[in-house]
Amino acid sequence: MQTKSHINFDPAFRWLTLAGGLAILFLVGSICYTLIIGAMPALKKFGIGFLFSQSWDPAFKEFGALSSVYGTLVSTAIGMLIAVPLSLVIALFLVELAPPAVSRLVGGAIELLAAIPSIIYGMWGLFVFAPFLADHVQPWLTSVAPGLPLFQGPPIGIGMLAAGIILALMVLPFITSVTRDVFQMVPEVVKESAYGMGSTTWEVTRKVTLPYGIQGVVGACFLGLGRAIGETMAVTFVIGNRHEISASLFAAGNSIASTLANEFTEASDDLYLAALIELGLVLFGITLVIQFIARWWLRRTARKLGAVR
Amino acid sequence: MDKKRNNLFHIILIALTALLVSTSPALAGVTINGAGATFPYPVYAQWAWLYNKDTGVKLNYQSIGSGGGIRQIKAKTVDFGASDAPLQAAQLNEAGLLQFPMVIGGVVPVINVPGVTAGKLKLSATTLADIFLGKISAWNDAAIVKENPGLVLPDTAITVVHRADGSGTTWIFTSYLSKVSAEWRNSAGHAKSVKWPTGVGGKGNAGVAAYVQRIKGAIGYVEYAYALQNKLNYSLLQNQAGKYVAPTIATFQAAASNADWAKADGFYLVLTDQPGQDSWPITGASFILVYKEQAKAEMAKEVLNFFDWCYRKGDETAEKLDYVPMPKSVVSLVEKAWREQIKVAGKPVWP
Repeated sequence: MQTKSHINFDPAFRWLTLAGGLAILFLVGSICYTLIIGAMPALKKFGIGFLFSQSWDPAFKEFGALSSVYGTLVSTAIGMLIAVPLSLVIALFLVELAPPAVSRLVGGAIELLAAIPSIIYGMWGLFVFAPFLADHVQPWLTSVAPGLPLFQGPPIGIGMLAAGIILALMVLPFITSVTRDVFQMVPEVVKESAYGMGSTTWEVTRKVTLPYGIQGVVGACFLGLGRAIGETMAVTFVIGNRHEISASLFAAGNSIASTLANEFTEASDDLYLAALIELGLVLFGITLVIQFIARWWLRRTARKLGAVR
Repeated sequence: MDKKRNNLFHIILIALTALLVSTSPALAGVTINGAGATFPYPVYAQWAWLYNKDTGVKLNYQSIGSGGGIRQIKAKTVDFGASDAPLQAAQLNEAGLLQFPMVIGGVVPVINVPGVTAGKLKLSATTLADIFLGKISAWNDAAIVKENPGLVLPDTAITVVHRADGSGTTWIFTSYLSKVSAEWRNSAGHAKSVKWPTGVGGKGNAGVAAYVQRIKGAIGYVEYAYALQNKLNYSLLQNQAGKYVAPTIATFQAAASNADWAKADGFYLVLTDQPGQDSWPITGASFILVYKEQAKAEMAKEVLNFFDWCYRKGDETAEKLDYVPMPKSVVSLVEKAWREQIKVAGKPVWP
């Protein structure tokens, strides 16, 4: 036994990890391949026009991805616009200002939020939040900003705005808890020395904590973005599921994921099925592009802030 | 060390064998597998439960949608498929499938108009089509007021609610709109999901029901049982004979009784806009698909036994769940088709 345990396991371990890494590449490659093969009839029929056509007409077999892509991007953008600043504020509060007892309590609550299944968010959105939005928020928005096309139209609650806000609530716990962990890793010594030089809490946050953790914060945001962009059930419940681009955020829209969730089961026609799979391919592409942007941004911020560290 | 590894290997082997044995059909009794339409799921599930109590035969029905049901039966992963939209005779022959109707149901317009209670609002076919086309956009529109003298209609915008997912319910509903409105036929058309001229989409009957309940001024369409269970306000519809009728089991039956199933090739029959004084205009049957050429005689027999049992003993259950059982005349036509068309190696399976 004693001698056996001295066998060098390094080569085996290296092969194991290499195989794991290659398996991921293989998986991504084969998903991409399957999507392309499945989408072939639609790719051939519609070509690049698929991306720029708003028409989605299963009865007459006309398919275009524009409204779904638009809905995916806009609902995600609304979600991120709300979630990112809010998460930063919450994380800073938990790390810098809150008494430890409060911090633990709120921190636990946030982690609990992250564990709620998305369908619960969807049902809550539909039955509780959308009626509230329709009765109180939307009429108010219209009266505050008359003439702004974003806030026009009948206040029915469900629609792009509701989807965006629900997405914000869903990604908030993710971004907050990662950001909080990042901020907690800022060495006390650095902060103490800043305080020692007479900095205010605001200055320490602004000049020490934020720059120190910026890479982690950006990473957290992209984690949230990744969840938001592919979110299916919750969005399907509240977005209104309409294949049309509207200037108003009150109007119903759709996202790629919601279209797939809705229409996959009954798509018995080959071209229809292919068009849906091509939508999946488009989502795959969007995620890939976002990944690249995230990498590039992370590297850029790392280089820029290299001097600070 | 080696011994330990051997032991582990044995444990895994035993576990795997146990797993295989426990799931083998020989020990679990006969199980019939089916997949498809969601609309008749409640009644199929209830029938399956009662049939299991009667005979010990299990039925496993996955309500994954008609499209999925058709795909699964074509891939032969199930013993039967179920679809709300019938396949045409040519499609059936190409795939070697036999199709027969199982239950009848109705699609009902449901409304949420402040001050208007169930069964008070009257709609003609043209008005209904114009609402879904987006041409009538307020509840106090002249066309609606003219049909409803004495009813106080509010100045509320109409929000059309339709199914977001592809669905047999939509297939039946758009079949009706296409029959009564040329404009609908040419713009939106007749399919399991269409390009809706206006409105918002809810997922499933439940989604549409929820949207209609939440949105003031909404009009949607759901399967009859959902309208009842959710206590939604339905409207009356004018049928081909010009009478305004309410959705009830009786008016669905009236629509079905006028249909000529004997002449329908492959039982392809759409029950919308049927003649008759009492016919509910948006009625539809749900269909079962099985292979004409069966691999195993016993299994084929088991499947047909189940459906035969449903036809003979399932009426009360169906009515309790607000579905209309098939008329006896249709059942005998169906069983005649079984006798003549379902075979194992050229020999008939039924009876």
